[in-house]
Amino acid sequence: MTLSFLIYKIILVVVVFAVTLVVAMYSTYAERKVAAFLQDRIGPNRAGPFGILQPLADGIKMFMKEEVIPGASNKALFIIGPSLVLLTACMTGVVIPWGSPLIIDGTVYPLQITDVNIGILYLFGVISLGVYGIMIGGWASNNKYSLLGAIRASSQMISYEVAMGLSIIALVMTTGTLSLSQIAEQQHGWHWNVLVQPLGFFIFIICAFAETNRAPFDLPECETELVGGYHTEYSSMKLGFFLFAEYINMFISSAVIATFYFGGYNMPFIERFVQDPNWLAILGVVFLFMKIVFFIFVFMWVRWTLPRFRYDQLMNLGWKILIPLSLLNIVITGAVMMREEIFQLLFK
Amino acid sequence: MITTYLFYFLSFLAIMFALMVVFSKNPVHSVLYLVLTFFTIAGHYVLLNAQFLAAVHIIVYAGAIMVLFLFVIMLLNLNKETEPHKSVWLKASAAVASGLLLVVLVGSLKSAETIVATNAFDPNIGLIENLGKVLFSEFLLPFEVSSVLLLVAMVGAVMLGKRSIK
Amino acid sequence: MQLTNRSKVVVKKEMTLAERLYIPAIFSGMIITFKHLFRKKVTIQYPEQTREVSKIWRGQHVLKRDEIGAERCTACGLCAVACPAEAITMIAAERKPGEEHLYREEKYAATYEINMLRCIFCGDCEEACPKEAIFLTDRKVESLYTRAELVYGKDILVEAIEKDKRVDVTVRETPEVAEFKAHKEFGHNTVFENKKN
Repeated sequence: MTLSFLIYKIILVVVVFAVTLVVAMYSTYAERKVAAFLQDRIGPNRAGPFGILQPLADGIKMFMKEEVIPGASNKALFIIGPSLVLLTACMTGVVIPWGSPLIIDGTVYPLQITDVNIGILYLFGVISLGVYGIMIGGWASNNKYSLLGAIRASSQMISYEVAMGLSIIALVMTTGTLSLSQIAEQQHGWHWNVLVQPLGFFIFIICAFAETNRAPFDLPECETELVGGYHTEYSSMKLGFFLFAEYINMFISSAVIATFYFGGYNMPFIERFVQDPNWLAILGVVFLFMKIVFFIFVFMWVRWTLPRFRYDQLMNLGWKILIPLSLLNIVITGAVMMREEIFQLLFK
Repeated sequence: MITTYLFYFLSFLAIMFALMVVFSKNPVHSVLYLVLTFFTIAGHYVLLNAQFLAAVHIIVYAGAIMVLFLFVIMLLNLNKETEPHKSVWLKASAAVASGLLLVVLVGSLKSAETIVATNAFDPNIGLIENLGKVLFSEFLLPFEVSSVLLLVAMVGAVMLGKRSIK
Repeated sequence: MQLTNRSKVVVKKEMTLAERLYIPAIFSGMIITFKHLFRKKVTIQYPEQTREVSKIWRGQHVLKRDEIGAERCTACGLCAVACPAEAITMIAAERKPGEEHLYREEKYAATYEINMLRCIFCGDCEEACPKEAIFLTDRKVESLYTRAELVYGKDILVEAIEKDKRVDVTVRETPEVAEFKAHKEFGHNTVFENKKN
């Protein structure tokens, strides 16, 4: 590992981190704008032209607010909770391939921080740890609403993780790899995985809504029943961390959906117009971000359209519908993959 | 050797967190320390070049099982007031039993031989392809038996969870 | 009894498979919200834009002065009696010699208060007034922070004595209103058109 390589990696980490934060920041603005437009309103438009400085104003407001730590709370865990949520949210961006490798002076610079050969499992592990921040924060608040929110979050995350994992297993069966860069590379041209795994994609996106605690699965923080759910007792930037982590999660899950099912940085027919691999890599980043923006919009669109599930409906959907469906998906995928062997076995 | 230092560091952390699990008064703290212990053990797996095992360890133990532990402890709201009183006899018998376990452990460690790895160090040994091949050929029977065991546990849980039919 | 043709009779029947899947319903809902993205926005950006109001829109009250600048109000209390929200209170006082240029009649209102939080801007005070003293104008009542501030006294309600700073109340006076005002004998709650005949 040369020094220049190390410097390159550090720059990449900083850039990905900064981009994640900026996108999450502007997702809050986009959320308000999308909500407003879907409801025939205009949305924030006072801070700067079209209100584009609104996230800055919100951030400053968050920092300036009084910080309240409840007297009966567990102070250390109360602070660790939101920090853990933000940490796990930021950790997931590491394995996502943002573009095909750049080649400068014969040296290959991959646009991916680290290509772990178990990328999907890493992603899964980090996502499953995300619930700890919510649980710790909700429990340490020493408030009934917070505790109920935390318990709801944990049971919801565990239930939907199963269906999500099973839908990914079907994907892994067709791709034959756990590395995200290889999955993205395999979808070159029109070979997008969504065409191979439509049912798997459907299950995955529903589970992604549930894992990010977004409507219609926002039961852990539902205002109408639990005041604020797990962040009832939080204020100032610690509340900001919780809210911000939700937007980072949304960004990352959009990136993951785009990489898993929608070709990642690939765009069909682009090779006819551009041949230079470096330009292709840069265009690939642009295409990936277009896909990500589209999925972030879908997240918001769904949030401002569908009403929240009831808790028993949520559990029924997770355990009685999505898990059998994803198992069926695995069986069908396996049968299609082994069709020749099955034919030989039956009609030999 | 950086891996040796990492090994000692991780081992120190693992033992420390394991002790904290036992010594912390609050059950929620105990569970959280146990999660940290699992993380250090996952670190050991990475040092042994078994990334798959490390990832699965974190997903299954830290991500699912310990969340359920935490869930139950939060719901039960265990604290000092609700702790059942234990008699002196119970404490004494527990001390004797764990002391005997310690003796057994020390004895077995003393008589154990150091195993020297027969085959040369293979960096790809922990990869998922190799693991899958071994699991589905050499260790097929134990693998399937363990899956049957899990199925039995699942059926049992469903039976227990069902309301009794009169 | 059917009032409109939009009413729908609720039928509780078993849902079909397509309905139980909910997916068609979800997509139709999402299409509906998507259409709203391109609709005309209904927002009125208040300080720059204001809502278009009717010509006879009733806003903040004014207590008028006559041509020489004397207050028209004689504190008869008819406005307070007419007020359905009981927003008006006043204390009457006797005019002293030498105050003829300030008060038109021998009796005047020493204090005259309208609680703007209670006022419903019905305009009954204006109609009840026999002295053409109180009018509702096209001005808006400003938003304030305390309840006490919103009890308007004479300092706010009485118009300025200078001729050029007087409040123009003819803006709201359409021909119909003017004709109605000319026939003061009509009661408040009777329809004007019926009485004219």
